[in-house]
Amino acid sequence: MVDINELHKSYINGKNKLHVLKGVNLHIEAGEMVSIMGSSGSGKSTLLNILGILDNYDKGTYSLGGKLIQNMSETKAARYRNEMIGFVFQSFNLISFKTALENVALPLYYKGMGRKKRNLVAMSYLEKVGLEPWANHLPSEMSGGQKQRVAIARALIANPQLILADEPTGALDTHTSYEVMNLLREINEAGKTLIIVTHEHDISQMTDRIIRLRDGVIEREEFPVKAATV
Amino acid sequence: MFDLNIWQEIGSTIRKNRLRTLLTGFSVAWGIFMLIVLLGAGNGLTHGMQENFADDAVNSIWFNNGTTSKAWMGLKPGRDIVFDNDDLTYIKANFPEVDLISGRFWLPWNNVTVSHNTEYSSYQVLACGSAYAEIENATVTKGRFISDLDDNENRKVAVVGQEVIDKLFKPEEQALGDYIKINNVMFRVVGIYQDNTGWDNKRVYIPMHTAQSLFNGGNRVHNIAITTKIDPKEAPLLEAKIKAYLMHKYKIHPEDKKAIFVWNRLDDYSRTMNVFSSITLFVAIIGIMTIISGVVGVSNIMLITVKERTREFGVRKALGATPGSIVKMVIFEAVIITAIAGYVGLLGGIGLTEAISAVIEQGIQQGPRQPGQATMFRNPTVDITLATGATILLVISGTLAGLIPAMRAAKIRPIEALRDE
Repeated sequence: MVDINELHKSYINGKNKLHVLKGVNLHIEAGEMVSIMGSSGSGKSTLLNILGILDNYDKGTYSLGGKLIQNMSETKAARYRNEMIGFVFQSFNLISFKTALENVALPLYYKGMGRKKRNLVAMSYLEKVGLEPWANHLPSEMSGGQKQRVAIARALIANPQLILADEPTGALDTHTSYEVMNLLREINEAGKTLIIVTHEHDISQMTDRIIRLRDGVIEREEFPVKAATV
Repeated sequence: MFDLNIWQEIGSTIRKNRLRTLLTGFSVAWGIFMLIVLLGAGNGLTHGMQENFADDAVNSIWFNNGTTSKAWMGLKPGRDIVFDNDDLTYIKANFPEVDLISGRFWLPWNNVTVSHNTEYSSYQVLACGSAYAEIENATVTKGRFISDLDDNENRKVAVVGQEVIDKLFKPEEQALGDYIKINNVMFRVVGIYQDNTGWDNKRVYIPMHTAQSLFNGGNRVHNIAITTKIDPKEAPLLEAKIKAYLMHKYKIHPEDKKAIFVWNRLDDYSRTMNVFSSITLFVAIIGIMTIISGVVGVSNIMLITVKERTREFGVRKALGATPGSIVKMVIFEAVIITAIAGYVGLLGGIGLTEAISAVIEQGIQQGPRQPGQATMFRNPTVDITLATGATILLVISGTLAGLIPAMRAAKIRPIEALRDE
C-alpha cells in the first residue's frame, strides 16, 4: 500500500536548513493498522504530511497504492488526496458553518457528485458512525467524540484506501478515545489501511504495528500484543 | 463555468455567513448609494442653476445709464446720462453683430396706478420695443407682444403680466381686448405674458414711442438691451465698442465708471458655466474618492474574510479541493455579494434621487412660482449608464481585491492552514 524508500526532507528557514527526515524506509501493507510514535521534533508530522500528499519531499521515493507520488502539481495532488486518502485530525477540522451532514458530504462535492446524491451517501455514513440524528447539527453543537466521528465519516465517504489520522484522540478523554479507536479498528477490519500518528502509549498499543521515529529516522518497530482492544 | 454544484456550494456559504455577507454587501451598497446621491446632488444644483438662466436671454448685454463722476471736456461731474432713440437707431445700423435691440423707458414714477373698472393697484409700467419679449425671455401666453407697428403708430396697447390680470380682472372676465387705465390713459390689452422665473410677472409693457409721447418722455431711453449671436468670447469686444460709442457721444471721461453700467449676461453666463464645471469636477473627485473608499472597504473585508477562512480552505484542500476551485469559490462569492449589494445601492440611490426630484416637481407645479423662489435644485437624477458603470467598476475592483488574497490562500499548503494554533 505504502512504499517509502530513503525519504529525505529538509525545511529551509532563512539561512538555516533543518533536516527533518533523514532516510526513512517504510512499507505498509494494505489492510494494516499502523501507529507512528515519536517525540515532538522526531519528524512524525512531516512524515504524515508527505504520506497525505500535503507536502513534497526532497529525495527518495514514495509510492501509494502502486503510484509514485513525486513532484505533483497541486491539482493532481488534490485529486489523489480526494480519491485515495481520508484524513482525521486532532482538532477535527470540521467546517464550522456546515452541518454534520454537509461536512461529511464535502469530499463528494470535490468528486463532482450532485447535492442530493451526496447527501444521501453522507447520511448512510453518518448512520455507520451512529450520528444519524445529529445530521443537521452544526459542529459547535456536538461533543468532541461526536465531532471526531463526523470527521471519520468524512474521511471514509470517498472510499479511500488509506486513512491518515493525526492524533485522532489527542483532544478526547480516555473513554471517548477508546470509542474512537474501536471505530477505527472496525474500519480497519472492513479493509482500510490506517496510519495513526500518536504519542499516547495505550493508543498505539491498539494497532498492529508501532513505528518509532527518532531524529528523522525509524528507530525501531514494535508489534504489540493483540487483544488490547477494549 | 455554470455548474449548479458550485453555485449551490457558494450559495450555502453566503447564507451561512450572514454577518460577513452583510458587512461586505453594506460597504458596497453604501458606496454606490452615496455616489449616486452625490452625483444627483451635483446634477440637481447644475439643473437648478441652468433653470434660473431661463430668466433672460443668455446672450444679452444691457447698458444702463448712470451719473458722471469725472469732469471731462469742460463738463462738470454729477451729470445724469440719458440715452435717446437715436442711440438705438445708430447701434442697430452700425453694429452688425447686434441681433436684437430694444430700449427701455420707465414711467417717471416708479409705481404707476393701473386700473380696470373699480379694481386698481400700482405696478411697474415699462416701455419697450418689439424685440424686448425675446430679450427678457417672457412668454406671451395669450394674444401677442408689442409690435413695431404699435410702436411707430403710438398705439395705446399694453401687454400685461399674468399677476396683474389676476388682480384687476375677475376670473370670468375676458381681459384680452379689454381696456385698462394707466395713469388715467386707456390702453387696450393685446397680450398676456408669463415670465419664466416668476420675477417679472407684475409688469405692464407698453410701446416705447407711445410712452415717450404720452408721459412726457421726449426721446429719452433709460436703458438699452441688445442680444447677439456671436461667440461669448467676443462679446466683451462688442460691449466695449458700443460703450465707447456711447461714452464718446455723451462726452464721458474714458475712465468714468459711474456714467454707464453694463451688464453682460454672456459674462455672467460663462462665469456660471465655470461654476458648473467646478461643481462637476468637485463631484467627480468626490465620486472617485467614494469609489476608492468603497474599493478599499471591499478589499479589506475580502482580505479579512480570506484570512479567517484559511483553515477552512486548508480542510477543503485536504479533502480534495484544487487551488483553482478555492480561488473560484472566493471570486464567485465576491462577485455575487458585490453585484447584488451594488444593485441594491443603485436602486436605493436612484429611488431617493427620483423621489426628491418628484417632490420638487410637485412643488413647482403647485401654483405659479413666487418671485425669489428661484430653484437652486432641480431634477437631481443621475445618468443610469454612469451609475451602472460605477457599480460594475466596484464589483470588478472588489473581485480583484478578493483575487489576490484568494490566490495566496489557495497556495498555502494545507499543513500550514491546519496547524493547530
